[in-house]
Amino acid sequence: MVSGVASGVAQHLGVEVLWVRVAFAALAGLGGAGMLAYGLLWVFARQEPEDANAAPLPARERQQALGLAAVGIGLFAAVTALSGFAGGWYVVPLVTGLGGAALVWREADEVQRRRWRDGARTGVSEVVGGVTRTMVVRVVAGVVLLCGGMTLFLVQNVTLDQLPGVLLAVAATLIGVAVITIPWWLRLIRELDEQRRASVRTREREEIAAHLHDSVLQTLALIQKQAENPREVVRLARGQERQLRSWLYGPSGYGGGDRPVTDPSDPAHGEAPSATMSAAVARACGEVEDTFAVAVQHVVVGDCQLDEPLTALVQAAREAIVNSAKHSGEGEVSVYVEVEPEEVTVFVRDRGKGFDPAQVSADRHGLADSIHGRMERNGGRVTLRTAPGEGAEVQLSMPRRKESRT
Amino acid sequence: MTTDSGAAQAPTGPVRVFLVDDHGLFRAGVRAELESLAQDQVQVVGEAGSVGEAVAGIGHHQPDVVLLDVHMPDGGGAEVLRRVRPTHPSVVFLALSVSDAAEDVIAVIRAGARGYVTKTISSQELVKAVRRVSEGDAVFSPRLAGFVLDAFSDRPGAAPISDPELDLLTPRERDVLRLLARGYAYKEIASELFISVKTVETHVSSVLRKTQLSNRYELSRWATDRRLV
Repeated sequence: MVSGVASGVAQHLGVEVLWVRVAFAALAGLGGAGMLAYGLLWVFARQEPEDANAAPLPARERQQALGLAAVGIGLFAAVTALSGFAGGWYVVPLVTGLGGAALVWREADEVQRRRWRDGARTGVSEVVGGVTRTMVVRVVAGVVLLCGGMTLFLVQNVTLDQLPGVLLAVAATLIGVAVITIPWWLRLIRELDEQRRASVRTREREEIAAHLHDSVLQTLALIQKQAENPREVVRLARGQERQLRSWLYGPSGYGGGDRPVTDPSDPAHGEAPSATMSAAVARACGEVEDTFAVAVQHVVVGDCQLDEPLTALVQAAREAIVNSAKHSGEGEVSVYVEVEPEEVTVFVRDRGKGFDPAQVSADRHGLADSIHGRMERNGGRVTLRTAPGEGAEVQLSMPRRKESRT
Repeated sequence: MTTDSGAAQAPTGPVRVFLVDDHGLFRAGVRAELESLAQDQVQVVGEAGSVGEAVAGIGHHQPDVVLLDVHMPDGGGAEVLRRVRPTHPSVVFLALSVSDAAEDVIAVIRAGARGYVTKTISSQELVKAVRRVSEGDAVFSPRLAGFVLDAFSDRPGAAPISDPELDLLTPRERDVLRLLARGYAYKEIASELFISVKTVETHVSSVLRKTQLSNRYELSRWATDRRLV
């Protein structure tokens, strides 16, 4: 009713708001615990952004809440009086003071709600500025009430104890100022925090949206344009799939980016994740897929750092994949890489039409230079298995250098 | 679609398949493909779009094979496996997913799936895979074979082997897996290794059992990443 704490609590606990109010009233009877709890919840509980279309409180419920609040305060007064607590006298300044503080704090609360409604502007100017007439009236009334309460309290005290009166008055004033401004500071800090978090969220969302726009939406548009050309559609879809996967699962491709590297003690591992065998193979396969519109299925077992012979191995393998893609007539090429302690072996295989190795003309550089030449220069071996009509498989083995062995 | 007509079929009749995938479009696509391509071999008896529906539907239809999506809300394929397998041990699961990340593959295999294929698989291959798991064999995609080889490899500094029966692959199983990872079909593997197709199937099933039961660190790590074991 005052600040919506009761209904908030009710919503949170999933019970009728009436019961929450009754509980607050009953607690108020127990030495003011209800009021204290209400105040604390008000200050510290996170406020929900106000729903613009929220139904206004029905009059009946409002009356009920007011009644309950009155009963609570009455209970409090009665219990305090009965327990002989200062003869009930000090309750009057206390209640007056609390009432004043409540008015002032409610004002701070309203400022925040208005901010929610108006959207985010800079925090400070909004909290301090934007003063309206009713607001001034309310704050002044609150301050007056608070001061009144304090004065009453002081007057009593001073009559009891004359000496430290002045000091007490100064302290009381300071406390009063602090009490009045605390909610502003609290809210200010919390709102800044909230704003920071919101801007982080926005940045993340923008980043994802930008990525999806640059890649996925563009690809979908291209696919729609190329709808009559199935080969092209497959190429676009495969390329996009690969890109999205590497974006989702980290830089080193499949396996979520934290696959165990063969040698965990290798000092270089982790520093250059793109310089590993598996990453290089994945990149080569992706390039061929993009260029020749075939599916290149690659499987890598084990992993290691690339060195010079292994780079040559990857290049030779790429050449073999290109040959399969160009000449086999099949839409799929299988690549299998196994990293063993002594050597790295690559198999490139297709189920296409195959060929007779003896009849490959001498002026074809692909197999001779790019594959045999590269491999032999670095101490590797090439084995070719093919026959017309039976597909082709190229096996490339490269011994690993001693210092990089595991 | 028919639901119970296949209940009293002979063992050679069509395999009764249940589809579980939270994407209705994908379910419709698979159903259409299976029905147009292999009406006599595969019969789709029902489908479900969530874990709860799947558990109820599998209990009701008692299918031979469940095609199971890995990624779904409320725990995904692994959750379906956990809830259905104790009560229906005869139902066989084939995982079907867009993801071929190690933790996904290994996690559903260890939860009890008899095979794993990716959604880009051709319809003919899918029918073959369904028939194969329904006959009690295992289905390994090349990449799954690669993962298993990787997980069972002898790394320096790997955890000590506690149960050699489960934690090590035989040289023959390793050969079979290598050829699977190279994209060979069972028949091609058989002729390459001079063994029968049945023997290849036996080796693959044995590898599947080891993958499901072994305590190798890599396997349990991949599984615990998805909070499975």
